Amino acid sequence: MTGETAIINIVARTSLWLQPHRIVLILVALGLVLGATFFMRWDWLPQYYEMGLLGIWRSLWILAVTCVLGFLLAVPLGLAQATGSFWFAAPAKVFCTVIRGTPLLIQLWLLYYGLGSLFPQYPWIRESWMWPYLRQAWPYGVLALTLSFAGYEGEVMRGAFAGVPKGQLEAARAFGMTRWKTFRRIWLPQAFYRALPTLTGETVLQLKSTPLVATISVIDIFAVSSKVRQDTYLTYEPLLLLALIYMTITGILVFAFSRIEARIPNKIG
Amino acid sequence: MTAADASNSGTTLIDALLSASAAGIIELLSPYPPGWGGALLVGLLHSIEIALGATCLGLLIGTGGAYGKLYGGPVVRDLLAVYTTIVRAVPELVLILLLYYAGTDLINQALTAMGYQRVDISGLAAGIAVLGFVQGAYSTEVIRGAILAIPQGQIEAARAYGMSPGLLLRRITLPAMLPFAIPGLANLWLIATKDTALLAVVGFYELALATRQAAGVTKAYFTFFFAAGVLYLLLSLFSNLIIGRIEAWSRRGMPSLKEAR
Repeated sequence: MTGETAIINIVARTSLWLQPHRIVLILVALGLVLGATFFMRWDWLPQYYEMGLLGIWRSLWILAVTCVLGFLLAVPLGLAQATGSFWFAAPAKVFCTVIRGTPLLIQLWLLYYGLGSLFPQYPWIRESWMWPYLRQAWPYGVLALTLSFAGYEGEVMRGAFAGVPKGQLEAARAFGMTRWKTFRRIWLPQAFYRALPTLTGETVLQLKSTPLVATISVIDIFAVSSKVRQDTYLTYEPLLLLALIYMTITGILVFAFSRIEARIPNKIG
Repeated sequence: MTAADASNSGTTLIDALLSASAAGIIELLSPYPPGWGGALLVGLLHSIEIALGATCLGLLIGTGGAYGKLYGGPVVRDLLAVYTTIVRAVPELVLILLLYYAGTDLINQALTAMGYQRVDISGLAAGIAVLGFVQGAYSTEVIRGAILAIPQGQIEAARAYGMSPGLLLRRITLPAMLPFAIPGLANLWLIATKDTALLAVVGFYELALATRQAAGVTKAYFTFFFAAGVLYLLLSLFSNLIIGRIEAWSRRGMPSLKEAR
């Protein structure tokens, strides 16, 4: 019975959505895709297939690591700005302003070319265990993207922490919870729920920032497409495929976050 | 040599290095030819020009797009939805490459088809067009939301007075939506100033590329990228000041945000 009504619902919704003009538009889009498939050159695909998959894997890996690390950094940044004393709040505020006020490309180049050119002058850095990592490009990319995510998300977390109703925290104290327990059980979860919708947007923005690491010689999917363009002298095919890949990843991210959002109790505050 | 001597010579060495590097930095950043400060400032000027042009073009596209999304026919609405979705899902860097090559190619093909010579499209115009197209997608959403936030009665009243659509847009919709749109549009302006740096990857001469050239020639990478960061930051902070003024002006006659709370 419920299964039947669900099917009827889906059919009704699809037939409402699938109006005549949409069918025409979909046909036009299909025609464009078929035209691109048959009239453009795709014979380079088998040769660069593995490299492309590795590039996608690297992009996703950079996205995941920088988002997680950036969020972990954003929590203290937000907390310091929401409640901290002046000596905690002011540096956090300055950090967020500087990160949000300068282009990520400049931050990336400052770290990679700037710091990277200063390090070799110091023998103790060259002799330390970090040196093999500091000579590669990806740690600078990860650091820059992490700091950028922390800067933007720190501002969001400030608002989220400040937005949790005072009564919730007072009730927790009345129950005899310690400050740490209040933070862990009440304050942080509720702030996280409030920040979640913006977190989706920030993660998509972060995905769209990952191709910048290609400018400091990290081989992500963008760098792979640049290599294809250089090797084959094709302009459009690699770029169109690249755009399609990013759109697919964005779609998956938005879908995954909407599922997480749906699981969260919406009666907060 | 005693320890005191060693530390003494150490400090003098550091002093000498510091003063030398400080003098070197000032020389490098001086605005006159041996220094590269002038090149950076020219780059900053180009960045501001591109950002201004792109924001204006984005506002035009955004206003049209918002009108199309709200009042257009079903086909227009769907096409605009495709436009905003795709532009917001693909990285700006990829869009800039794609639009730059496709745009110059299309224009040149059209020119040769009509029997004219191929032209080199200026970096400024191409940068403004590409960034404006990207900005247009974002401003479409901002302006659409702002128009929806206008109390419906105001528009109905204007229609009841018999205003033509153009007059309605100029006298009612645009001024009334402004206080709702300014925060989002201000954000877009800040994004535009920062996105100009991406044009360095395609080879447009603006602040990021000027900095990269200066740093490459002088090998003073840290100094120049730091200086560029300071310039961008100053631009952002200055913009924030102006935006505050504009926001206050657009909200004139409305209850202040503090009282509303």
